[in-house]
Amino acid sequence: MGEIGLLGFGPDGWGLVLAKAGLMTLAVSVAAFLCGLVLGTLVAWARIGGNAVLRALAEAYTVTLRGVPDILVIYLFYFGGRQVVAAVGTALGFAGPFDISGFAAGMLAIGLISAAGQSEVLRGAYQAVPKGTIEAGRVCGMGRFTLFRRVIAPQAMVTALPGMGNQWQSVIKESALVSVTGLVETMRQVSVAAGTTQEHFLFYAAGAGIYLVITTLSDQLFRLAERRSLRGHPGTGTGA
Amino acid sequence: MDVTFLAGMFQSLLKGLPLTLNLWLLSLAGGGCLALLLNLMRQSRVGNAVAGAYVFVFRGTPLLIQIFMIYYGLAGFGVIRHSILWPFLREPYWCGLLALVLNDAAYTSEILRGGLRAVPRGTVEAGRVSGMGRIAILRRITLPLAIRQALPAYSNEIISMLKATALVSTITLMDITGIARAAISETWRAVEILLCAAVIYLALSIIVTRLCGWLERRLSPWHFGRTTP
Repeated sequence: MGEIGLLGFGPDGWGLVLAKAGLMTLAVSVAAFLCGLVLGTLVAWARIGGNAVLRALAEAYTVTLRGVPDILVIYLFYFGGRQVVAAVGTALGFAGPFDISGFAAGMLAIGLISAAGQSEVLRGAYQAVPKGTIEAGRVCGMGRFTLFRRVIAPQAMVTALPGMGNQWQSVIKESALVSVTGLVETMRQVSVAAGTTQEHFLFYAAGAGIYLVITTLSDQLFRLAERRSLRGHPGTGTGA
Repeated sequence: MDVTFLAGMFQSLLKGLPLTLNLWLLSLAGGGCLALLLNLMRQSRVGNAVAGAYVFVFRGTPLLIQIFMIYYGLAGFGVIRHSILWPFLREPYWCGLLALVLNDAAYTSEILRGGLRAVPRGTVEAGRVSGMGRIAILRRITLPLAIRQALPAYSNEIISMLKATALVSTITLMDITGIARAAISETWRAVEILLCAAVIYLALSIIVTRLCGWLERRLSPWHFGRTTP
């Protein structure tokens, strides 16, 4: 059973390192998801309330990001970002070599990809808000911001939660692709460990385990949130 | 922008198109068969648990780790190295294809399950009353209805698989992304090369979206306000 010991927290164990890498996966996923939430909201807004030009731009954005492999987008940010930074740096007279952070490139790339999906979820949720409630709010003299905060958002959030949960799951799995930039998250760390110890299957299985723990726990959290958000809605039941 | 460079780049990237298409179509075909099998398994209690666990593991972990597990991990087992499968599992192509098939099966089986659940019970009973066997009911009633129901979700899965094939470039395969990656390390003109590759993938995915939309309209014309296909 010496091989299992490699996953432990002893002096020869990779346990601590893997746990740290798991946290890094979580960190880059959360950052990317929030990035995607902000951008996705803007894109959804452009598609719902924008003029023709904005709508076309937002639609082109969604189609493009959903049709291009995620790994190309990450390469584009990583290599392209380096190209830009190097060009700017040389122009300003700094001496190279230049590099950009894998965390930033990964966060932006996955955020952009996720924004395309999140905007679709948010748009669907907005469209499911009964129009009468919006009109009622307007009649009561609510401004646009109040209307959004007190009428649209509370109702849309409930509809959007399951879809947003799916988007979050995708983000976690996409975060494994950030390993190509050299950022030491789970995928990268298990590759290094597998190469060092030559126990490839063991460490990739451990990596898969880390992802399973993260996806399962966050799935439970989203379900909890879903149940809470349905409290007081007639016909949905409270314990179901 | 250097037009001759871009044109040359397009030509060399297109050399990876056959491999991308090959992996894409075969993984969809293999994944589809396996998904059907997983759904048939769900009829027994043990089978249901096995299929559930399979879907849980393959949907809960990144495809990249599945590819690496098969390509690097399986070689660690003497049993596999000495089996008749080894000539296949030694090749990055077969490992990549296997990972794609297994991954696609997990997602497709869930899509198909949703479709199967939407088949009205009465139609199956009507088939049974008319004297159809189990296979005939599956072939002539359940599957056509389920597939029609599942088509919108499945068209998303088709596009995800196109995007997923790009990951096999990490195990040395020279698909479109693999060629792009090699060209970047030769020329360091990353942005131009990656945009060229993105255009090819985008064109493919737009074609698929259109085809699926057309098929959907043809299979359920009443949803689109027409009565005859």
